Amino acid sequence: MNGYAPSVTVEGREIDFLILALTLVSCAVLALVFALILLYMVRYRAESGVTRGAPGRKTWRFEISWTAATLAVFFVLFIWGGNLYVRLFQPPADALQIYVVGKQWMWKVEHQGGQREINALHIPINRPIQLVMTSEDVIHDFSVPAFRIKHDVLPGRYQSLWFQVETPGTFELFCTQLCGVGHYSMTGEVVAMSQPEFETWLAGGAAPGEREDMATAGKALFAARGCSGCHGEGGVGGSSATTGVSAPALAGLFGRLVRLQTGATVTADERFIRDCILTPDKAPIAGYPRIMPSFSGQISEEDVLRLIAYIKSLRSGSRT
Amino acid sequence: MTHTSAQVSYLDDGHTLRSWLLTTDHKRIAILYIVAITFFFFAGGFAAFLIRYNLISPKGLIGSAETYNRLFSMHGILMVWFFLVPAVPVTLGNFLAPLMLGARDLAFPRLNLLSWYLFMAAGVVALYAVVGGGVDTGWTFYTPLTSFYSQGHVVAAVAAIFIAGFSSIATGLNFIVSIHKLRAPGMTWYKMPVFLWSLYATSVILVLATPVLAMTLLLLVFERLFGIGVFDPAIGGDPLLFQHLFWFYSHPAVYVMILPGFGVISEIIPAFSRKELFGYKFVVWASIAIAVIGFLVWGHHMFVAGASLYSALVFSLLSYMVAVPSAIKVFNWIGTMHNGYIRFDAPMLYAIGFIGLFATGGLTGLFLAALAADVHLTQTYFVVAHFHYVMVGGMVSAYFAGLHFWWPKMTGRLYPEMWGRAGAIIIFVGFNLTFFPQFLLGYLGMPRRYFAYPQHFEALNLLSSGGALILAVGYLLPLGYLTWSLFYGARASANPWGATGLEWTTPSPPPTENFAVTPIVTKAPYQYRRAEAVER
Repeated sequence: MNGYAPSVTVEGREIDFLILALTLVSCAVLALVFALILLYMVRYRAESGVTRGAPGRKTWRFEISWTAATLAVFFVLFIWGGNLYVRLFQPPADALQIYVVGKQWMWKVEHQGGQREINALHIPINRPIQLVMTSEDVIHDFSVPAFRIKHDVLPGRYQSLWFQVETPGTFELFCTQLCGVGHYSMTGEVVAMSQPEFETWLAGGAAPGEREDMATAGKALFAARGCSGCHGEGGVGGSSATTGVSAPALAGLFGRLVRLQTGATVTADERFIRDCILTPDKAPIAGYPRIMPSFSGQISEEDVLRLIAYIKSLRSGSRT
Repeated sequence: MTHTSAQVSYLDDGHTLRSWLLTTDHKRIAILYIVAITFFFFAGGFAAFLIRYNLISPKGLIGSAETYNRLFSMHGILMVWFFLVPAVPVTLGNFLAPLMLGARDLAFPRLNLLSWYLFMAAGVVALYAVVGGGVDTGWTFYTPLTSFYSQGHVVAAVAAIFIAGFSSIATGLNFIVSIHKLRAPGMTWYKMPVFLWSLYATSVILVLATPVLAMTLLLLVFERLFGIGVFDPAIGGDPLLFQHLFWFYSHPAVYVMILPGFGVISEIIPAFSRKELFGYKFVVWASIAIAVIGFLVWGHHMFVAGASLYSALVFSLLSYMVAVPSAIKVFNWIGTMHNGYIRFDAPMLYAIGFIGLFATGGLTGLFLAALAADVHLTQTYFVVAHFHYVMVGGMVSAYFAGLHFWWPKMTGRLYPEMWGRAGAIIIFVGFNLTFFPQFLLGYLGMPRRYFAYPQHFEALNLLSSGGALILAVGYLLPLGYLTWSLFYGARASANPWGATGLEWTTPSPPPTENFAVTPIVTKAPYQYRRAEAVER
């Protein structure tokens, strides 16, 4: 078919199978509807002398039957679609994380090694890839039809999208959420390559030494932005004895449960760390004074991602 | 006007402009509305035509993405708020509700006129926004794009919808009170035609949902004009909040658009099958069920928007639930045709076309309610095709079916039958040619709202644009022959279709007072005698 691309992910093929089942169900119902209408149009046309059955029969048996049949089919479709959907959005723990920032009207990608690209995303095949995505301005949507997958990319939040591609190739990338005049031009490509080719690609471009990986860049920011002044070198945490102020330890923070002053407990994920940097007053941490300044408007989305990469790299007790 | 005799038709009760613009007669107000929404339909349709013209070439033919975005925004805004939402209630509903109830007028005739003026005021503001350069946000006004990033006349467009909302609320209120209080003696709830039940269900949605839209738009304007952070996260807002509030109105609004269409079809199928409506109570309660469950499915517009994963499961299940009553209706219409004496006048052809197109639109809705399938299909042309099958294929066909069916009653003239049938068939064919290729485009991944697109989508787009040309002819035909019939059509008898319903007991066109004597209802609706001879 014109422009048809078979899915290159396992989940994409499962989605295709679901769509095929939906198509078959729809065609069966439509065939029934059109066949009955056409049959009745011919058989019961006013001029036709065919005998009509006795009028005024009870109708509720029919009503209950087709209502029950419809409900049963719908319930199967619901379970099928829901089950697959939940799996589609649960990234495996070992997924390779890549950071994506959308802005009017381009996609900016940064790999953990610090490699950056615009309107392109290079990935290895046969390895789960998790995109951590945010937007600098309006809502965008990262959509790759060949993977049968998409998700909105919102400002002020991190959205996650994962996939594992089986076949090397170049696939279309679209923004599918209206984001302004240049919406149609916010396209790009996803290039899937074998692991050795991917490693060669990662190593290309800037000479080694010129490029910092994201965590290293984050470490420099951590010092330059004054984070280490309170949170200590290597994010070990501060107290009146060490840094002069009481500040929570950041080493080993990622993924841990954190108690807030409201009594609620939240998991320290990317979004939590982002909120702590940009809007620290929104959810103050239990046991610490509210002295963290807001970095809102003073630090780019990319730098926030680098700081997060750095904080994620800090293991508790380690000093890097 | 108090001294006019019962025999003077409402059309002859005054010929001055003043007698029209200051009328409180529901029938004249209906005509005023028909003129207005016909204008908006063709204005919105013209925008659609330019959209299809642009998409003939992968590079875009109208030269500027900004113009393109403004065109599809204008198309959506005009069609949704100035055609689809009001279409059947304010025209056929306004004209027929008192006649079907056996009443002199709606409960609040002056409120009815006020709602027309509100609608026109809203229309003028909308046209100001369009002429002033338009908006490029889409009809959905998603934030924060609309809050700060969009350059167009957002505030004017939003104000137009805000004002139109009050017109909707006034109309809905009028119908609810009229149906409760003005039913003729003997007309119990279960003796009401399904059209009135549909209007009732529609009105409940209008009255409950429209205020939410008004508040949402007001918040949007506060944010845009005064920088109060509600939706833009950069100033402390929540971008998803807008989508929740917007769809809390806009999904029920979809049922505002389609429920009156169900009502029209439920009148026409029995009339042309010479048979009682199959499963009256099921059809009636299906409308009520749709109106209730329709309030609980808004989240299905947000399956990939970043709302909670598990809330999506609930919204998916509820979306399937709301589809059940629609399926029940389709089966009942077909059941009505069984054992009938079917005639194929234009209203019936439009109604049969409606069933086919609506069934297709409804079934493709199942794709979008199935969560994982929605992930691939949403925000592509699949969605565009799906809702056009329901809204245009379904709703506009139902409106045309009703317009032809009650045209003799409203105007006292018969439309030319062969032209009517030709129109119904051309619209059916043109519609399918325009929108079926868009299902395929969507599955292949073509995103919505793209001014230019990759080369490999070209063939299907060309097919769709070709279909649009046929569809345009199909829509212009009725404009031509219906207008012609106003002057040259044969005079209609009181009941040219031999249909049941109190509206057919009045002369065509009805006198200002509707009924010389208040009718008394003893029979259930749709008591058709079989194969009775019908004289025009």
